[in-house]
Amino acid sequence: MSGTAFLTDSTLCIGCKACEVACKEWNNIPSDGFDWKGFSYDNTGSLGHSTWRHVKFIEGGVVAGLGGNSPDLLSWGFSSDVCKHCENAGCLEACPTGAIVRTEFGGVFIQSDVCNGCAYCVVACPFGVVERNPDAGMAFKCTFCYDRQKEELKPACATACPTESIKFGDIDELRGEAEDRMARLKQAGFNDVYLYNPQDSSVGGIHAFFIVRGDPERYNLPPSPEVPTTYLRKGWVSAAIGAGLMLAGTLFAFGQDK
Amino acid sequence: MNAPKNLLTEETSRRAREHRLAKIRHEAKEHGQVSDFTRLSERDPLSKAELTGYYGTPVLKRPQWTIEIPLYFFVGGVAGAAALIAAVGKLSSADTRLVRQSRWLAAIGGLVSPALLISDLGVPSRFLNMLRVFKIQSPMSVGSWTLVAFSNSAVAAAVLGEFNKRRGGRLVNVLTDGAQIVSVLTGLVLATYTGVLIGATVIPAWNEHVGTLPIHFAASGTAGAATILELMGNESKALNRIAIGAAAVETAMGVSIELSQTPPSESLKSGIGGWAMRGAGVLSGPVPLLLRLLALKSRRSRISLRKAAAISSIAGSLLTRWAWIQAGQVSADDPSVPLQLRRRVSSSGDGMDDHENQKDPR
Repeated sequence: MSGTAFLTDSTLCIGCKACEVACKEWNNIPSDGFDWKGFSYDNTGSLGHSTWRHVKFIEGGVVAGLGGNSPDLLSWGFSSDVCKHCENAGCLEACPTGAIVRTEFGGVFIQSDVCNGCAYCVVACPFGVVERNPDAGMAFKCTFCYDRQKEELKPACATACPTESIKFGDIDELRGEAEDRMARLKQAGFNDVYLYNPQDSSVGGIHAFFIVRGDPERYNLPPSPEVPTTYLRKGWVSAAIGAGLMLAGTLFAFGQDK
Repeated sequence: MNAPKNLLTEETSRRAREHRLAKIRHEAKEHGQVSDFTRLSERDPLSKAELTGYYGTPVLKRPQWTIEIPLYFFVGGVAGAAALIAAVGKLSSADTRLVRQSRWLAAIGGLVSPALLISDLGVPSRFLNMLRVFKIQSPMSVGSWTLVAFSNSAVAAAVLGEFNKRRGGRLVNVLTDGAQIVSVLTGLVLATYTGVLIGATVIPAWNEHVGTLPIHFAASGTAGAATILELMGNESKALNRIAIGAAAVETAMGVSIELSQTPPSESLKSGIGGWAMRGAGVLSGPVPLLLRLLALKSRRSRISLRKAAAISSIAGSLLTRWAWIQAGQVSADDPSVPLQLRRRVSSSGDGMDDHENQKDPR
C-alpha cells in the first residue's frame, strides 16, 4: 500500500465537530436536516451521501480520567468516522460504470459526472459509507479531498481539526506514528486503547485507521470487514448449476414427447 | 434471547426516538437529572457495548433499490427462461404456436427489463454509462452487458421468426437460429445472475445464501415462463413437466430457507418480509406441485387445476423477488452480524473475563 492516509486518534478528539463542518463547507455538501437523535451529542447519525465526516459520541460507565474530574460522571469518548478508502474497495469493484476510481493518492473517488446512480456500490461497502442522494441521483462519499491533495493541501477535516486528532500524511509514516502513539498511550496507563486497521481481512488494509478506547464494535467498526467480491466464485458456480439445471430440465421435458 | 434487531427496528424508528427523548426531558424536568439514558432498552440484559454496537445504529446501508428491481428480477428471469423454451421447443419440433409465443415472451421481457432498470437509476439519462466499461468482477456490469445482448437477440429472434413464417428463406432461417442461440446463452445468464448480483454484496442475509440464490432464481424464472405460456393457452405436456421440476426445486429452497439457523438468515424469517418469504415459498413450491400432481390423476378438472397451479407459481415468483429485497433491508439494519455481537455474547456467556467487566461496570 502506498499513498496518503488519515490517522484519527479518538483519544485526542474533543467532539467539536469542526471536521464535519469543514468537510461540508469545502465540499459544498447539502444540509441533512436537523434531526434530534437522542444518542448523546450525536445528531448526525451516520456517514452518508451528505455526511462524509461523522463524530461519534460514545457514553460508557464510570472510567477514571474519562468523565472529567468528577468521579461519578459517565465516561465520554469521541471519534470522527470517515470513509476508510479500502485497498480492495467493494464500491470500486462493484461500480458498473467505472465512475469509482482509485486516485494517485491511494484514495477511492466517485466521479459524479460519470455515476448514473445504480446504487450497487451502496450494498458493496462493508462500512456503510456510500449512499445515493435521492435528489441528485448520484452516489456520494468522502473524496479524500482529492482536489486539495492535488494542490498539495491537507484534506479539509484534517486542516480544521484543532487538536490534531485527525492526522493526515504518508500512509507508511502514519502507520509508524500510530504504533508510537499506541505505545505512549499504554505507557501512560490507557490499557484499553485499540488501533483499528484491519489488514488481515479481504479489504486488504485501509487508508483511514483509528485509535479508539474500548471495543471497536462500540464505534460500529466491524471486526472483519469483507469485500463482497469474495462471494463471487460461489455465486457464479451456483449460477452455472442453475443454468445447467434449466437447460437439462427443459431438454428433458421436451424430449419426453418424442 | 430476543434478537437485537427487533429492539433496533423499534428503537431506531423516529417515533421511538421521539418517545425516548420525551422521557428523558420529562425525567430531567422532574428530578433535575437523568438516570440511565444511555441504555438502549429495558430488555437489554447486557451492557450496550456488548449487544448493540453504536446505539444499535446500522453498520451497513440499506439497499436503495425501488420496486422496479424485484420486478425486473421477475421479468428478466421469465424472459431468459422463455428464450430457452422457444429454442428447445423449436429443436424438438413442438407446435409452432408455443415456439412463437415463447419467442415473443422473451422479446417483450427483453424490452421491459431495461425500461425497469433505467427507471430505477438515480440518473436515468446516463443509462448508457453502463456500457462504458466491462468489469467481470461486477455482477452489475456483467448483467448490463448480458441484458443488452439478450434484448437484441430475443427481439431479433421474434421479429425474424415472424418474417420467416411469411417469406421464408435460407438466410432468414439461419439468422433466426443464430439470434435464438444467442438469446438462449444470454438468457441462461439473465435468469441466474441476479442471484449473484444480490449474493455478492455485504448484506448478510444475501451473501449467506449466495451459493443457492442463483439456483433459486433460476427455478423461479423458469416456473414463471412455463406458467405464463400455459396461461396463454398452451397445453403442452412439456410445459407441465418444466413447471413440476421448477416447483420441486422451489419446495427444496423453501425448506432450506426455513431450516437455516444462522444469524444472517433470521432476517429472512422476521416480520412482514419473513411472512412474504414463507408465502412465496408455499406459492411457488408445494401448492403448484400438489395441484399438478392432482391434475395428472384427474381427467375432468385437469385444465383448471393446471391453471390454478400456474397462477400460484406466478404469484409466488413475484413475491419471492420482493421478499428477498425486503429481507435485505431488514438485514442491513441489524448491526449484530457485521459487528459479530452475538458471537461475543455467546462467548462471554461462558465466563466474562475481568477485563470485559471493568470496561463497562454498568
